[in-house]
Amino acid sequence: MIAALAFYAFAAVLLASAAMVVSSRNPVHSVLFLILAFFNASALFVLAGAEFLAMTLVIVYVGAVAVLFLFVVMMLDINFVQLREGFQRYLPVGLAVVVVLLAELAMVLGGWKMAPEAMNLRFAPIAANTSNTVQLGKLIYTDYILIFQASGMILLVAMIGAIVLTLRDRGLTRKQNINAQTRRTPADTLVLVDARSGAGIGELGIYRPKAPESVAAAHDEHHDAHHGDHSSAGGHH
Amino acid sequence: MVDMVLEFLKTPFGILVLTVIKALALLVPLLIGVAYLTYAERKVLGAMQLRKGPNVVGPFGLFQPFADAIKMIFKETVIPSGASPALFLMAPMLTFGLAMIAWAVIPVNDGWAIADINVGVLYLFAISSLGVYGVIIAGWASNSKYAFLGALRSAAQMVSYEVSMGFIMVTVLVCAGSLNLTAIVNAQKTVWFAIPLFPMFIMFFISTLAETNRSPFDIPEGESEIVAGFFVEYSSMSFALFFLGEYANMILMSSMTTILFLGGWLAPFQGTIAGELFMLIPGPIWFILKVCMILFCFLWVRATFPRYRYDQLMRLGWKVFLPFSLFYLVLVAGVLVFMGWLPHAA
Repeated sequence: MIAALAFYAFAAVLLASAAMVVSSRNPVHSVLFLILAFFNASALFVLAGAEFLAMTLVIVYVGAVAVLFLFVVMMLDINFVQLREGFQRYLPVGLAVVVVLLAELAMVLGGWKMAPEAMNLRFAPIAANTSNTVQLGKLIYTDYILIFQASGMILLVAMIGAIVLTLRDRGLTRKQNINAQTRRTPADTLVLVDARSGAGIGELGIYRPKAPESVAAAHDEHHDAHHGDHSSAGGHH
Repeated sequence: MVDMVLEFLKTPFGILVLTVIKALALLVPLLIGVAYLTYAERKVLGAMQLRKGPNVVGPFGLFQPFADAIKMIFKETVIPSGASPALFLMAPMLTFGLAMIAWAVIPVNDGWAIADINVGVLYLFAISSLGVYGVIIAGWASNSKYAFLGALRSAAQMVSYEVSMGFIMVTVLVCAGSLNLTAIVNAQKTVWFAIPLFPMFIMFFISTLAETNRSPFDIPEGESEIVAGFFVEYSSMSFALFFLGEYANMILMSSMTTILFLGGWLAPFQGTIAGELFMLIPGPIWFILKVCMILFCFLWVRATFPRYRYDQLMRLGWKVFLPFSLFYLVLVAGVLVFMGWLPHAA
């Protein structure tokens, strides 16, 4: 009784928030409703006894994917009102697609026949005395290992592809060489001199280190100030 | 009379009442702990910098946290004119709420968890990965450049360190053979996981620093660069909720470290004469002592290290912690399989 009530409550909120995802005017609000939808879906998983899937849904979708969605939506300056302008024009086409999809769904569900054993299996997918996680592990890493590995490979390819597409060094950034940085000693960079009063550092034979050429051309002013600090550090003594 | 009460507690409504009582029994000491953590932080930092710290309100300044709380309550909540009010007010509540609900699965003693669920570790991981929303929503809803920059920094940082934290947890799970927190602690009766998994213990501690936005990874707040980061527009109780949430998260993360690596409520040196004596001290005391030790390390780190630069922070997370935790996971799993030490899950 309580389980049924909880199911309907979560399912109602899930559907309502899914509707808000597509109807909300503000894209950030859309993503936040999407997160609410994920949460309710995970609650439904818990009610179905699939606690591992429920937690994974929250970790993967809410904890990582939706964060990136939110990130992108907040950063991009998309005019969503402009995007919606064609709504009236495309409405007939959209409705036609909806009718076709609904008809297909009705045909599939209408002709669906299930063996009684299969139905029982659906209600008790796991043996009662083992935890969900163990059962999933035993299934995924034995019967479905190839499919599991293949999906992993596909994700890896997608990841490498994304990195290759976006990572390019345009020479605008200066990277720190951690190895060189930690091996630096005061002897490499500091010069101790007795400065005569009134004498400039040039007169004492101390010159600024050369800046990297490409960067130096672009940020001449900045570098002068920056390196000036370093080379004159000895001069203060 | 007693029978009636016991009978009542078995009805659905009685179970609800019992759960609420349990939650209060956990949350009230937790909030007092949070209040005194802020006091301890100021005292410890003071001592490390040869100052006295708060010493005016009450004996040794012991009432300082309450004075601060009262001050916060009586201030005005300012909502910036360009802000999105609902989200602006939701963000601190979310941060605080998440820091509280994670405690549902923390076992303070054998069987003392409010919800002793099978996937306890995953639940904790899920809740801690949600913490980033409070920050992002606060940064976005404030409609302020500094707040937004802080939120973006924080989002990137928390997502990055979660990845290596996940692998470290998996290493512990492989050793314990269960996702249940009570079972993980009981698996440490022979040896605490901090000893065979020492590098992971250190990395986990550093990752929790990054996950809670604590110094030296507090660039989302970075007061010298972006004023106060994501909560720059917050005042009064909305600020106080962020503050409480952050400190409750620190205690939560320390409890997680204690459970995963330091044997939770177990007394040290079990099996020796000293161990027998230590067993006389009840489990929750050990738990609290261990948590306090890690919290002290949090404060100690804050007093010692300067803030990380952003690119160095990212480098540490992705290029050092992630490969190393992956390597160590494979190593541990390999050793367990090869030696036949793999725990068998129920």
